[in-house]
Amino acid sequence: MLIANLLGLVAIGLIIWWFWLYHPSASAAFENEVVIEVEDGVYTPSVIQTSANKAIKLTFVRKDPSPCAEMLVIPTLDISEQLLLNTQTTITLPALKAGEYAFHCQMKMYQGMLKVV
Amino acid sequence: MTSKSSTQQLIIEGAGCASCVGKIESALKSTHGVSSAEMNFADRTVMVSGTALADELIKAVESIGYNAKVLDNQQADDIMDEKEAADRLYYKKLIRDTVIALGLGVPLMVYGLFIGEMTVETTTERISWLVVGILTFGVMYFSGKHFYAGAWKSFKNHSANMDTLIALGTGTAWLYSMVVVFAPDVVPSMARHVYFEATAMIIGLINLGLALELKARGKTSEAIKRLIGLQAKTAIVIRDEKEVEIAIEQVLKNDVVKVKPGQNIPVDGIVVEGRTTIDESMLTGEPMPVEKGENDEVVAGTLNKSGMFLFKATKVGKDTALAHIINMVKRAQNSKPPIGRLADVISAYFVPVIMIIAIISALAWLNFGPQPALALAIVSATTVLIIACPCALGLATPMSVMVGVGKAAEAGVLIRNGEALQTASKITAMILDKTGTITEGAPKVTDIILAGATNEAEVLQLAASLESGSEHPLAEAIVESAKEKQLELLKISAFEAITGFGVQAQCQGKTLLFGNVKLMQDKGIEVTGFTDQAQALAKQAKTPMYFAVDGELAAIIAVADPIKADSISAIKRLQANDIRVIMLTGDNKETAAAVALQAGISEFFAEVLPEDKANKVKDLQNHGEIVGMTGDGINDAPALALANVGFAIGTGTDVAIESADITLMRGSLHGLADAIAISKATLRNIKQNLFGAFIYNVAGVPVAAGVLYPIFGILLSPVIAGAAMAFSSLTVVSNANRLRLFKAQEH
Repeated sequence: MLIANLLGLVAIGLIIWWFWLYHPSASAAFENEVVIEVEDGVYTPSVIQTSANKAIKLTFVRKDPSPCAEMLVIPTLDISEQLLLNTQTTITLPALKAGEYAFHCQMKMYQGMLKVV
Repeated sequence: MTSKSSTQQLIIEGAGCASCVGKIESALKSTHGVSSAEMNFADRTVMVSGTALADELIKAVESIGYNAKVLDNQQADDIMDEKEAADRLYYKKLIRDTVIALGLGVPLMVYGLFIGEMTVETTTERISWLVVGILTFGVMYFSGKHFYAGAWKSFKNHSANMDTLIALGTGTAWLYSMVVVFAPDVVPSMARHVYFEATAMIIGLINLGLALELKARGKTSEAIKRLIGLQAKTAIVIRDEKEVEIAIEQVLKNDVVKVKPGQNIPVDGIVVEGRTTIDESMLTGEPMPVEKGENDEVVAGTLNKSGMFLFKATKVGKDTALAHIINMVKRAQNSKPPIGRLADVISAYFVPVIMIIAIISALAWLNFGPQPALALAIVSATTVLIIACPCALGLATPMSVMVGVGKAAEAGVLIRNGEALQTASKITAMILDKTGTITEGAPKVTDIILAGATNEAEVLQLAASLESGSEHPLAEAIVESAKEKQLELLKISAFEAITGFGVQAQCQGKTLLFGNVKLMQDKGIEVTGFTDQAQALAKQAKTPMYFAVDGELAAIIAVADPIKADSISAIKRLQANDIRVIMLTGDNKETAAAVALQAGISEFFAEVLPEDKANKVKDLQNHGEIVGMTGDGINDAPALALANVGFAIGTGTDVAIESADITLMRGSLHGLADAIAISKATLRNIKQNLFGAFIYNVAGVPVAAGVLYPIFGILLSPVIAGAAMAFSSLTVVSNANRLRLFKAQEH
């Protein structure tokens, strides 16, 4: 019983660390063009880094037929784009100010982050 | 990224002669990466193959003096068709997955409920359950692969979603059952129970829920589909004196387009020949067809009813009003009102919190539960994971916004974003500009009372000449009146507009002054003896204006601007919603009072200068009111911007749709009442959804964990949890769909 309780507590600790405390680093950094796959409920890569003084092209390729994947929203830039299945949708962003620009689906279940440094 | 070889179609502007063809083709062919370029002179398009980028091709064409743009063959309605085809395919897949999973789950459940025990005691039972376990794994692989793949990918990304919960819940049930089958000895004898039926049933039910949700979601985008459907696919244009039917994307600015009765107008333009009536109801919500003749504007998407006419294209492709409207509606449909933000915050923490609750629940059962504690711990943890539904929370707001914004667009109301939608539902005070908003905005001269002058025609001629320099709507009335009487306008000089007061100028050596009583007083012109007559005119809702020549009052000219036929009933609708309706006008007090009385408005501010309108908005806000401001969008820009919600009222489709929070496509104030009614209905719907989703999770999760067990002995089955979860998001989408049936009050 003691072992079970300990395992349970460790699992809770791991959940807190993995989902909340751990901050993933950018998986795509400083490229002019990034291709983002939309599949199985996630954007890959989901964290993209770029520099403040240049424009960036984000090309989304939706492979996920779930209607959840259909809309891509970048709220701070007032962008909402319909992603068609198995089609490339390119969004060209002008040089942005430094900061974090979250992008997500309509329901915020698919989440990604554009970090401009 | 390396460029792949592809074929692109460009449309060339400015290619007027056949000899251009060779020049354009060779310019393109000499561009690096182009393998072939062939131009079709009839429709001015050129097909280019190779690896060159579109930008390079456009530059090449521009370098020889033409303009080019990439022809986007994929029209909006093709995109919709493609989306629908993809959705249909996905629906079939979900139904297939459902059938496979329930095909195994239902017989297993029936067995467990009515026929036998789902326990592992003998070797035969072990072998039988092993076969079932393998079959269940097959179901997990074929029907539930997307859940597990999604859960794994999210996990790697340090995020968790609905897939995580389903994968964990079904995975736990299956793994535990396999442990019971393979190593029954490690499990207490009372807990040797298998839960394969739960795994299969949950996968089946959730796939079924997703399929039904997909169907219901399709309906939420009906409004945008209808707007997209208004776009014509082809147009008849006159080129080289011949009629050619071409694809809509190939229509160029300045093309002359022919429209037959019963056809949709393909692009925006100005009529150059012919007369007709046009039904604009699909864009403006205005049911009466509008007459159009030479120099009138026509708008893409509207329907030509009676005559055949020619018009010159002024806006094509993405620049048409219809394209702007579609874009704006789409954008607004995806924006979120502030009310949805709490749900977003909760969603971000939701799944990991549920995972933690599942662990705590299992530990509680293990430590304090009755026998078989281990089995009960597994059941409660699985049920907690499965019953929790982040989707219902996530869907609650966007689904209602989608339907509400679409519904508004159908009524000729364009809502900029979710925030405007939410604020509009809370408006407590509405400021209406008088001219053009409550009234027609097309005033007419009704009375000329002579003072110092003796000749009415001469007075009108001089006044009209002076006013021809002014852009005020009242000035137009005087100029129009002079034109009707065929009086020639005289040349004026030294024209000066005294904002909020009037105008002055020189004409034939005379100093002309035209404006309100304040202007006369400022300039020291004697008006006593005429103020009573002016007031009498004002009490009849007419605007009296003083006209002085060389420092002496010549006449009073009264202009009246009739109230729009339906303003009174629309204002009543606003007041019935407990909204304080306030009228603002630059006009004098008496006229304002008379118009306000006719319109049924008890509060008004007269003689307000344009710059003071914003101050009135601020005053009301300082008194705690949530202020809506309705104006024409041009003169009232500062007040519109300052108001909590700015409503720009348009006449016809000639509206600056970028200028306000909410744009009313028709002139009627009923659009305003409709906008508020729709915003209230949408917010109510969002609240129902959010409440339902919150309550569902807040009540469902503890019950799943077993809080009712100590008192009532109730512990939910994971299968029930699966059904509840699948249908909770379906309920949200269906409730949002109810908004489609919403009808703004009849008027």
